Amino acid sequence: MCLAIPARVKSIDGLYADVEVGGVGRRISIQLTPEVQVGEYVLLHTGYAISIVDAEEAEETMKLLLEIAEATDG
Amino acid sequence: MKYIDEFRQPELAKKLVDRIHRNSTKHIRLMEFCGGHTVSIFKYGIRELLPGNIEMLSGPGCPVCVTSNADLDKAIALAHLPNVIITSFGDMIRVPGSYSSLQSARSEGCDVRIVYSVLDAIQIAKENPNKSVIFIGIGFETTTPTVAAGILQAEQEEIDNFYVLSLSKICPPIMKSILDLGEVRLNGIVCPGHVSAVIGSHPYQFIADNYDIACVVAGFEPLDILLCVDMLVNQIENEDYKVEIAYRRGVRPEGNPQALKLMDTVFETAGADWRGIGAVPSSGLRLRDTYEKFDAEKNFDIDPGPVREHQGCQCGSILRGVSTPLDCPLFRTSCTPEHPVGPCMVSSEGTCSTYYLFGDFDG
Repeated sequence: MCLAIPARVKSIDGLYADVEVGGVGRRISIQLTPEVQVGEYVLLHTGYAISIVDAEEAEETMKLLLEIAEATDG
Repeated sequence: MKYIDEFRQPELAKKLVDRIHRNSTKHIRLMEFCGGHTVSIFKYGIRELLPGNIEMLSGPGCPVCVTSNADLDKAIALAHLPNVIITSFGDMIRVPGSYSSLQSARSEGCDVRIVYSVLDAIQIAKENPNKSVIFIGIGFETTTPTVAAGILQAEQEEIDNFYVLSLSKICPPIMKSILDLGEVRLNGIVCPGHVSAVIGSHPYQFIADNYDIACVVAGFEPLDILLCVDMLVNQIENEDYKVEIAYRRGVRPEGNPQALKLMDTVFETAGADWRGIGAVPSSGLRLRDTYEKFDAEKNFDIDPGPVREHQGCQCGSILRGVSTPLDCPLFRTSCTPEHPVGPCMVSSEGTCSTYYLFGDFDG
């Protein structure tokens, strides 16, 4: 029910955006994330972007996972 | 897909699992609040990967499942009114109320339509100006801002045949209720990812402060959940209880201020009726008086009749984390996904449906 999937914003038209999800295009509302920019990813839930994916934080989390993996090796 | 595939890498998962095995010394009990997490945990076999001293319980985090029979009966009664079109998310259609379901109502000739979004319901209202279009507004804080946005849009576009039956519920109060009931003793909570994308992580602080329970917000990919468990284990081993986020790409501590603002514009807190738990003060959201022209409860006269619970169904205690589907005599016998008795078997994120699909028949 609270499923939300990452979608890439391709273009913005007022409070709507065209996004791409796994190769499939669709039009969504960005009323809840009006500051989103073209090229950013959003979490898409029932036709609305509910959050902008923070690319830097994603990278930090991945770095942390790699550090844990390295430390667990040692 | 970006932000999905990289969080499913098996070699990184293995290292995290090794680390959890190495660091976890105490017998601990963790609850994943959200039904979406339950699905991921079963789908990726995470329970089996964790050491035996970590027990995972499923919580009440499925809006379809926690909708009470009394509220379902209201939706079904609305469906039977003349000139009404009911619009609802798919899972709700099949959930049995006291005597019937929206699906049965449809087979009796009522106009009940499945929608993906409140935007679809608004579109149906525009296309059917002579009918009253009622959206069954179930959902937690993930979904409610979208319903708020829909109502504001309907107001702006002067759509006067669109209504919402608000069954919205909010998560922190029900977490408190479950903890105060004292039926399950928890050491840590896997906090919901997409509810927290909206409300942030601060609303869980009282759990760490007042109950000495570790709280970590998690995403839905296997690495997200394992990282969350690793962080919970560290907090519990160090007896340093706080609220952390393991899903920082989607969740900020302050949440989504715009979504919170729209939700607060349209809704106010009210008591709500939870299946298996009962009436919980300030755990639901109703439309503010300013928006009462969209409120289905205020604009339609219905008499749903007396409420009846399903004989033998254990959904209530399963939602409180007290029982598992394996404790229910109906599970896999008279209650199956094809013929569900209770909502936890209907919803794709219900605990019974997840146990049925992914196994764990040994408990």
